[in-house]
Amino acid sequence: MMIRAKLASLAPAGVAATAAAAARADSGWSELNMPRGVTDISRKIYDLHMTIFWVCVAIGVIVFGAMIWSLVVYRKSRGAVADVTLVHNTRVEFVWTIVPVFILVAMAVPAARTLVEIEDTTRTELTIKVTGFQWGWQYDFLDDGVSYFSHLDRRSNAARELLSGIDPASVDHYLLNVDNALVVPVATKVRLLITGADVIHSWWVPAFGVKKDAIPGFVNEAWFKVDADKPGLYRGQCAELCGRDHGFMPIVVDVRSKADFAAWLKEKAAQQKEPAAPANAPPGAPPVPPGNTAPPNPPTNTPSAP
Amino acid sequence: MAEPLAHAVSHATEDHKPHGWRRWVYSTNHKDIGTMYLIFSCTMFFIGGGAAMLIRLELFKPGLQFFDPQFFNSLTTMHALIMIFGAVMPGWTGLANWMIPMQLGAPDMALPRLNNLSFWILPFAFTLLIGSFFVPGGAPAGGWTMYPPLVLQTGAAFPMLIFSIHLMGASSILGAINVIVTIMNMRAPSITLLRMPLFVWTWLITAYLLIAVMPVLAGAVTMLLTDHFFGTTFFTAAGGGDPVMFQHIFWFFGHPEVYILILPAFGIVSEIIPTFSRKPLFGYEAMVYATASIAFLSFIVWAHHMFTVGMPLAAQLFFMLTTMLIAVPTGVKVFNWTATMWKGSLSFEPPMLFALAFLFLFTIGGFSGLMLAIVPADYQYQDTYFVVAHFHYVLVPGAIFGMMAGVYYWLPKWTGHMYDMKLGTWHFWLSTIFVNVLFFPQHFLGLAGMPRRIPDYAVQFTDWNMVSSIGGFGFGLSQFLFVILIWKCVHGGEPAGNRAWEGAHGLEWELTSPPPFHSWTEPPSDAVIARGAEH
Repeated sequence: MMIRAKLASLAPAGVAATAAAAARADSGWSELNMPRGVTDISRKIYDLHMTIFWVCVAIGVIVFGAMIWSLVVYRKSRGAVADVTLVHNTRVEFVWTIVPVFILVAMAVPAARTLVEIEDTTRTELTIKVTGFQWGWQYDFLDDGVSYFSHLDRRSNAARELLSGIDPASVDHYLLNVDNALVVPVATKVRLLITGADVIHSWWVPAFGVKKDAIPGFVNEAWFKVDADKPGLYRGQCAELCGRDHGFMPIVVDVRSKADFAAWLKEKAAQQKEPAAPANAPPGAPPVPPGNTAPPNPPTNTPSAP
Repeated sequence: MAEPLAHAVSHATEDHKPHGWRRWVYSTNHKDIGTMYLIFSCTMFFIGGGAAMLIRLELFKPGLQFFDPQFFNSLTTMHALIMIFGAVMPGWTGLANWMIPMQLGAPDMALPRLNNLSFWILPFAFTLLIGSFFVPGGAPAGGWTMYPPLVLQTGAAFPMLIFSIHLMGASSILGAINVIVTIMNMRAPSITLLRMPLFVWTWLITAYLLIAVMPVLAGAVTMLLTDHFFGTTFFTAAGGGDPVMFQHIFWFFGHPEVYILILPAFGIVSEIIPTFSRKPLFGYEAMVYATASIAFLSFIVWAHHMFTVGMPLAAQLFFMLTTMLIAVPTGVKVFNWTATMWKGSLSFEPPMLFALAFLFLFTIGGFSGLMLAIVPADYQYQDTYFVVAHFHYVLVPGAIFGMMAGVYYWLPKWTGHMYDMKLGTWHFWLSTIFVNVLFFPQHFLGLAGMPRRIPDYAVQFTDWNMVSSIGGFGFGLSQFLFVILIWKCVHGGEPAGNRAWEGAHGLEWELTSPPPFHSWTEPPSDAVIARGAEH
């Protein structure tokens, strides 16, 4: 009863939120399927997903069809009389054991082929170390001496407080925005070395088809190569429960043209070469989000290969 | 010899049961202990369900309206632990206690005092676990999977969590030993293994799974305990340990555990569908072998729960293939159930309705399971609401509906009264509609990118979360009908008769309703067994 009462008090607010959400371009009702993504791998994953989905639909039509047929035709109320001799049929049983095996093998082959491609981390052009910590991400451009932290952006962070009074729908990309995005070039095979500083996290950007756990003491590898014509902002979230603020450590990847990326990297490297003085920190240096009194610690133990 | 035997028989027919609280606390009777297990399970179902309602309340819309994220994490963790170890596992043990002796022609379980112990451990285990809500730092919030290093950040609740798991494990192992000993030694002479009812078969296999994997879980959590308190570093990389090793050990327990939760439901559905199709089970032996195959395969698929931890390619391919293989025996079962209904004479009383919902909705959970086996696609599904939808489809309309079907099937036998069919049918339709409103949209949420175990979400996930929450509240409220129905049935109703259902078969229907205190004081004769088996 208490729940029902609370629900009733929630309903008007809920309707309002729905209306506000519907006014935006990304209304929720159409969010039904996996995105096709912007990398070759993400599209291959999408295709696998759709293939296995349609295989399931086809099997479902046959199996559910037979069940519904039985429910409709063999009803006692329609005078159906049970055929009690129908308890065994070797031929039929053989068929429905063997046919699924063939279907599974047919599915396993393309899946294995894609998996082999995903695991191929050779010939990468840029390496970035990604460290998950409670609760944010650190990105290290290992060859260029660039390193910075990425946290939930300030507006989301204010709105997400318990009973903040701020309507999430009024915040741009609520919970999916960060202060410092990971900047990468298009059409470049970017290799990520993923590790964790404290507990296990998981770096996930659906549009790239990449999800890899960030484990303290381990370095995991992943890679992505964004289509040349698809620069833009791509968003993801931590996908492994990592404590209180697990839901509040998004990932934003800012994919730029190769020239823009090179310029950004050069500028960033120059900034970071200046002696670090907190009083006149250059704009763009990692700000500490409000409410976070201690700056996040980079990993204290040197990660070793698994 | 004749005299002591006659004495024993006359003894057994006397009403020897103690009265008042002693009847329950000191009980060594399989039916009384079964009843206590079922009441315990039902209580935990409502407590775990209460946690689920609070979760759906917070997720009704974006923004945090009710709970601190840490408390939200406690709710998800405790919901899982209470439902798995408190509601489903004791529920199955309760049904095993009630039905296995009756179905095999035995007077009681083989080890009655062990039976008492294995039940009475549970209230202590769960007092410890649920009590952790009230200690500094709050209840465990690291997920029911207890992955280190996160779980090592738990506050004062940490040892309570570990010891309660130890107790639950001990209780399960004792219960499983009792089931195995009973089945192996207490069958009426002419009931060979391949003449046992499917419910007994699936429980026998479940009991072996329990004995095989509960000690593994106990070992894993003991290593957590020593890591936390005694300076070991089993799972700490800085000390030479390996956090991923915990996941391997945990899921070596965890995957067979999934089948521990579902196999008895397979057994119950295999009893109910023939009864209400008025036709013997199609492919009885295939069903037994399929169950055994599923149990075997459950030991070699565990790493499909952790495809994103970064395993070698060969390991990922191996676990993908073994996982896909499970679809074969599972398919055989679904096809056999369908073939049992084919050319039958079907009627739709509440047990059959729940068995049918099981059949349709468990199959949907099976389909999403097949999708999850495809490793590259799993990278996108892993740790999203798609997984949440998948395992709730196999656990709620799967395990829970299977259990409810069993209760609806045997309740007239237990109480001697027929229940309110109309109320049962209402309970069925409300549960089935709301469970789909609750869980089906979660497939969409997961595919669209919503991670699981988050207290708040991006605005584009609002609509389907609201739908899911409404389904959740509807499902939760509908369950009170079940309690009302059972309450009414226990306290009166039309006499059920020995064979409560027209098409029912099996030895339990040869006993009176309700059955005598000591079920079969002498083994049923072959004539009785044959009568029980015929249709």
